[in-house]
Amino acid sequence: MTGPLLQLEGVSKTYRRGGLFGREEFRAVDNVSFRIEDNEPQVFTVIGESGSGKTTLARMILNMVRPTAGTIFFKGQDLASMRGARARRIFMKDVQPIFQNPFEAFNPLKRVDRYLLMTAKNFTPARSSAQLEAAADRALKKVGLSIGEVRGRFPHELSGGQLQRVAIARALIPGPSMIVADEPVSMVDASLRMSIVNLFRTLRDDLKVSIIYITHDLATAYYVSDRIIIMRKGEVVESGSARVVLENPQHSYSQLLKSAVLSPDPHGRGVLTGDSAASQQARASPHPQIDNLEPQVR
Amino acid sequence: MTQISGSPLDENSYVLETRALRAYYRMKYFGIDREVRAVDGISMHVRKNEIYGIAGESSCGKTTFIKAIAAAIRPPLEIVAGHVNYNFINNDLYALPSKERSAIRWRHLSYILQGSMNVLNPVRRIHKTFEDFAFRHMHMGRSEFEQEVKRHLERLRLPAEILRAYPHELSGGMRQRVCIALATLCKPEFIIADEPTTALDVVVQKDVLAMIRETQSEFGSSMIFVTHDLAVHANITDRLGIMYAGRLVEEGRTADVFSNPMHPYTAHLIASLPRIGDIHPRNALTGSPPSLADPPKGCRFHPRCPLAMEICRHENPALTTLAEDHRVACFAASATVQPTSDEKPQHPEALETVR
Ligand SMILES: Nc1ncnc2c1ncn2[C@@H]1O[C@H](COP(=O)(O)OP(=O)(O)O)[C@@H](O)[C@H]1O
Ligand SMILES: Nc1ncnc2c1ncn2[C@@H]1O[C@H](COP(=O)(O)OP(=O)(O)O)[C@@H](O)[C@H]1O
Ligand code: SF4
Ligand SMILES: [Mg+2]
Ligand SMILES: [Mg+2]
Repeated sequence: MTGPLLQLEGVSKTYRRGGLFGREEFRAVDNVSFRIEDNEPQVFTVIGESGSGKTTLARMILNMVRPTAGTIFFKGQDLASMRGARARRIFMKDVQPIFQNPFEAFNPLKRVDRYLLMTAKNFTPARSSAQLEAAADRALKKVGLSIGEVRGRFPHELSGGQLQRVAIARALIPGPSMIVADEPVSMVDASLRMSIVNLFRTLRDDLKVSIIYITHDLATAYYVSDRIIIMRKGEVVESGSARVVLENPQHSYSQLLKSAVLSPDPHGRGVLTGDSAASQQARASPHPQIDNLEPQVR
Repeated sequence: MTQISGSPLDENSYVLETRALRAYYRMKYFGIDREVRAVDGISMHVRKNEIYGIAGESSCGKTTFIKAIAAAIRPPLEIVAGHVNYNFINNDLYALPSKERSAIRWRHLSYILQGSMNVLNPVRRIHKTFEDFAFRHMHMGRSEFEQEVKRHLERLRLPAEILRAYPHELSGGMRQRVCIALATLCKPEFIIADEPTTALDVVVQKDVLAMIRETQSEFGSSMIFVTHDLAVHANITDRLGIMYAGRLVEEGRTADVFSNPMHPYTAHLIASLPRIGDIHPRNALTGSPPSLADPPKGCRFHPRCPLAMEICRHENPALTTLAEDHRVACFAASATVQPTSDEKPQHPEALETVR
């Protein structure tokens, strides 16, 4: 395959809002373009605060939501022109999602190994239960687990970190070339975060899987990403090599985000009232958060 | 029992003290008793005018500890042993009649929790919620009360307009600020914050933390601040306790714990923190935290500890002072660390005061 693995050209998603009086168009994602080359697997990170359009973007890449404007190509194919169950299945095999909250992604009443076996059944040639278990076990081994540790277990019997590993193992079963991970570490502890992002590195280097890593955590983004885009209100405000952008952000919004990252090196009392961009802004206005009074639409 | 009230308070006097506190969830499943030892022998104190942080992975017992010191005990949670003392009551919290105990919760303690929507009533405007919460406790007329609320909001740099809003009309950060305003209106002596900024975006989080810090210093309140996020602790707490599997394993001034962690678990947590500008590979701990229904014998960290020795498999290391204001529960940290009992105490005094 030549050309990009994934290419977005001027992708937008508009939602209509409002009720009786006047409808208002609202751009959840606004004219986003980027490409991920096929020859070099990478961790491509999308940074943004809540409401910036990250999940909408992820759902469009996963072909779960249709863009209002613009085009998304995966391996050269326009997602909008994909027809038929077979084409969809081939696409789903190649692009797998991992969602934010592992406890929501798994039905609490369903044993977690069922998900793995179902995915193996849908996306691999395995048919006998021994073959299905073997496929599940191979995927679990890649994330440091084994079928013995999850067989017959319900979601609440596993820790958040284990469950997120199971979710990643499930995504690996079809042998995808890309994984779209929407805030995969927001719900797990700081200490487990590193083990998940380390896993992304391993997947990239050993299995040649590209990862779209969606997060608001700049520190893990710096640690694991090759390239990043920073989104604000649906728009990309800055993009480039992760190290370059995060070490020396150019856009004022990227700078604000970076200045708000709490350094883990203790400075003692009073640091929070220091001269961060955020607190300077806050002090400049008598009613710092007045713009937050606007109704939040969910 | 040590008596700590009466004398004028200085920086080092205690506001809260717990001794060998144990709080378990006790359930019966199909006739089999099951005990989750979520808080298992915690002794600590919080000083006047300080923010005491509690860190640890999820499910290590942080929220249960908060419930135990806040007298928010409901079945299946039980206080199994130990003491909880505040300097504003002359007695063990759990020796009080339950009516008096819940009065203490309202009069002296105040809470800031993660889910602001649990506190704010979705169908009432914010000013109604202020009335519901605080009017009874403020002992003043209605217009005086309204003035006081407005003054308080101004002090916290919140616009008075929010009083007319419904909770859903405010952003998450704004709602959390409103909760802080609510929690501090009565100038509480003791504030309990459980993951108060975990759900917020970074920019908003920094502002909310600054607000918590300013409010606490202004009123001279003491605070317990719980979060699993060590970067938050680094920026807001004065002292820090690290919990693992229901126990305190290290405690010290926040700066000392970060610069000189003496417990292998703490050292690992701090070494694994990502920092912008640093791409050194971070290794994760192997294994998972133990089940508190069946914790390992001895040091509960031993199955994951790179330094584990024979003694660690059998004996529970006592939290021991190894440097000024710095306590550690690890046999490898110093030869002065002695084993302590793993079992809940059966002596009559403890059982008598706890019910
Ligand atoms: N189905 C929808 N209908 C209307 N608005 C939506 C819908 N999905 C998302 N939005 C809005 O689009 C914006 C971006 O949302 P989202 O993509 O979920 O952002 P993020 O994942 O960065 O938090 C938000 O303001 C959200 O309320
Ligand atoms: N209502 C409950 N019944 C039984 N077990 C509980 C209950 N609440 C919490 N636990 C258990 O107690 C332990 C400590 O939980 P918690 O105090 O909430 O931890 P943390 O706040 O550190 O995440 C966990 O193992 C949890 O599963
Ligand atoms: S007591 Fe032993 S097992 Fe526990 S932390 Fe110290 S060295 Fe490790
Ligand atoms: Mg999202
Ligand atoms: Mg908790």
